[in-house]
Amino acid sequence: MKSCHTHLLLCAGTGCVSNGSYRIKEALERELGRHNLQDEVAVVMTGCNGFCAQGPVMTVQPDGIFYQLLSDADIPPLVEEHFLKGRPVQRLMYTPPETQAPIPKMSEIGFFKKQRLIALRNRGLIDPENIEEYIARGGYRGLAKALGAMTPERIIEEIKNSQLRGRGGAGYPTGVKWQSAARHQSDVKYIICNADEGDPGAFMDRSIIEGDPHAVLEGMAIAGRAVGSGHGLVYIRAEYPIALERLNLAIKQAREYGLLGKAIFDTDFDFDISVFQGAGAFVCGESSAMRASIQGEPPEPSAKHTHATEAGLWEKPTVLNNVETLAVVPEIIRRGAAWFAGIGTEQSKGTKVFSLVGKVKNTGLVEVPMGTTLRDIIFDIGGGIQGDRKFKAVQTGGPSGGCLPASLLDMPVDYERLAEAGSMMGSGGMIVMDEDTCMVDVARYFLDFLRDESCGKCTACREGVDAMHQLVSDICAGNGKQEHLALLEELGQAVKDASMCALGSTASNPVLSTLRYFSDEYEAHIRDHRCPAGVCKALLTFGIDPEKCKACLLCNKNCPQTAISGEKKKPQKIDQEKCIKCGVCRDVCKFDAVTVQ
Amino acid sequence: MRFEDLDKITDRMRKVMSLREGSSQAKITVHMGTCGLSAGARKIMKALIQCADETATKDVIFSTSACAGLCSREPMITIELAGQAPVKYVDLTEEKAKRIFSEHIVNGKIVAEYALAIGSEQTL
Ligand SMILES: Cc1cc2nc3c(=O)[nH]c(=O)nc-3n(C[C@H](O)[C@H](O)[C@H](O)COP(=O)(O)O)c2cc1C
Repeated sequence: MKSCHTHLLLCAGTGCVSNGSYRIKEALERELGRHNLQDEVAVVMTGCNGFCAQGPVMTVQPDGIFYQLLSDADIPPLVEEHFLKGRPVQRLMYTPPETQAPIPKMSEIGFFKKQRLIALRNRGLIDPENIEEYIARGGYRGLAKALGAMTPERIIEEIKNSQLRGRGGAGYPTGVKWQSAARHQSDVKYIICNADEGDPGAFMDRSIIEGDPHAVLEGMAIAGRAVGSGHGLVYIRAEYPIALERLNLAIKQAREYGLLGKAIFDTDFDFDISVFQGAGAFVCGESSAMRASIQGEPPEPSAKHTHATEAGLWEKPTVLNNVETLAVVPEIIRRGAAWFAGIGTEQSKGTKVFSLVGKVKNTGLVEVPMGTTLRDIIFDIGGGIQGDRKFKAVQTGGPSGGCLPASLLDMPVDYERLAEAGSMMGSGGMIVMDEDTCMVDVARYFLDFLRDESCGKCTACREGVDAMHQLVSDICAGNGKQEHLALLEELGQAVKDASMCALGSTASNPVLSTLRYFSDEYEAHIRDHRCPAGVCKALLTFGIDPEKCKACLLCNKNCPQTAISGEKKKPQKIDQEKCIKCGVCRDVCKFDAVTVQ
Repeated sequence: MRFEDLDKITDRMRKVMSLREGSSQAKITVHMGTCGLSAGARKIMKALIQCADETATKDVIFSTSACAGLCSREPMITIELAGQAPVKYVDLTEEKAKRIFSEHIVNGKIVAEYALAIGSEQTL
């Protein structure tokens, strides 16, 4: 790679890998070799680029040309045209549906333009398996500064001044947490990195570890210095094989370079990191359940009579921080608290990474300053709703977050605003829903998830979430009663107040937020026995429009219940008693004659 | 690892990183249309890369582009130094390319006798 003048930065995040990026790598290397370009053009595998919707993606540097949706077959013409003849291939560039004009440069694509990268500062730019590339981008300078020019008290002061808050869910001030652990004397203290990431659809933390593992290790070492701990531990779910592999490799390289281990930078600071694989229960992400899990006990939360910063893992002072929290720490130390505190809103500083998924065009990983509006995220960066359908809601904060309606699209996103609106920041999941989504069904889905994941230890959560799930399921099935709504409110409040851990105390959010913003949909289900989005099967009635029916009998022949009858050459009819609402008739009808109400 | 070692590694990696970031003091574009290729553009590219390696010049990036519309004067390159107008050099040979590298890239002096035009279209 010594004299290569062009680097092809090919995404090797989980999404692109499952779409074949390693096959593309092989094809690229083969074709480059065929044209004798292997000493001029190098293929570099990077972490997640973020624009997952368009994967596999590749950036050509130094020119910044962005290629997307690559397949093996695209590679021979691409290599010949672009890398041999110098003609970038428009067909493989991102083309916004509005303008139909291909955009060659990554930096000019809307998805990337409004983002501001701190936690993801190295994404797509470095090979995560090469520690020297991390160092060359300013890596381990934060640790060097912390060890060479700062006292532990000064480090804590800096983090406090930056007003960094935990990115794992609760938004607790990181500097305050560190200070508390620093104050408790102990021979052993622990720094734990929470990489459990149990929210369905979330992949922020996975991408950070896959793309820039040293950022997390460096953040942990700085935390270790600040609180006086020599032991780091990453709790990562076993379902993240690529992240796990890169993490282990990064730890090995950091040890080889003397950045972990004894006498780091020839100072008196010793710090090492081990990895603990969790088995992927959602509740294990909660601090007391995680501690139990590491100690070999059943992963159940316990009441917190003392802070973990005083007596946490193995009764020792423990700091638990999220992956993203730790990944921004080195930049704060390196660039100063004032720089970080200058970004964001009054009480939420810096940036936040979101995994933008659902019915949005540009699904992927985005990082924006706190205070960016939902509209900017969903429409400018996300490119709007798939198929240009109408936006209905965005669900933030993970399974126990809330659903926010179109009227709140101009709300700036930060911890306070989301909480006021009945949702939460959580760890940064963002699921976009369109007009074909039934909000009652959404509430049912998340309650079902939480019912499964509740550890069952405390009654409020175990029984309360189950009861709410039953009520909402009844409403979806058309058996809802008007008084169920008040009961749901009451139950939701009780579960919120009486649960021991935050799984239970936030579990009512999906119900309470949908009741608050989409009560008309609940009403329609209960009063009119109607599902406005056409999702809840029990409430649908299939019929055949006699005007449109051409009596082709296709529906008649395909109905699995033989519920459709009628004479030849006459409009067909559906027997509502027999109909199971499977929708086959609608799918096979060529004349749009099957109606759904 | 000592504190200074971070600087050493950064220095050693500078070339790779300025290429990755697409930012550098100097950018050389070799025109690689069919005309350029048949006139020997690839040899010019190789010679320039060799110069960069030999002189250990780290802050230069290479790029290719298609035909510049002046096929009779190929091989052709464009050199852009940060903050200065781009300069096109025409009718190149490997020797001329090497001289341009050491005078223009390394010492910042335009080799007027090989230059076609100064201040043509921007590509940076
Ligand atoms: C049910 C439940 C699941 C959680 N899962 C995660 C998780 O996957 N990752 C995470 O960082 N925090 C998770 N948390 C939050 C942690 O308990 C804790 O607040 C966080 O890791 C602290 O780090 P921070 O201050 O850097 O955010 C979860 C909390 C609850 C109640």
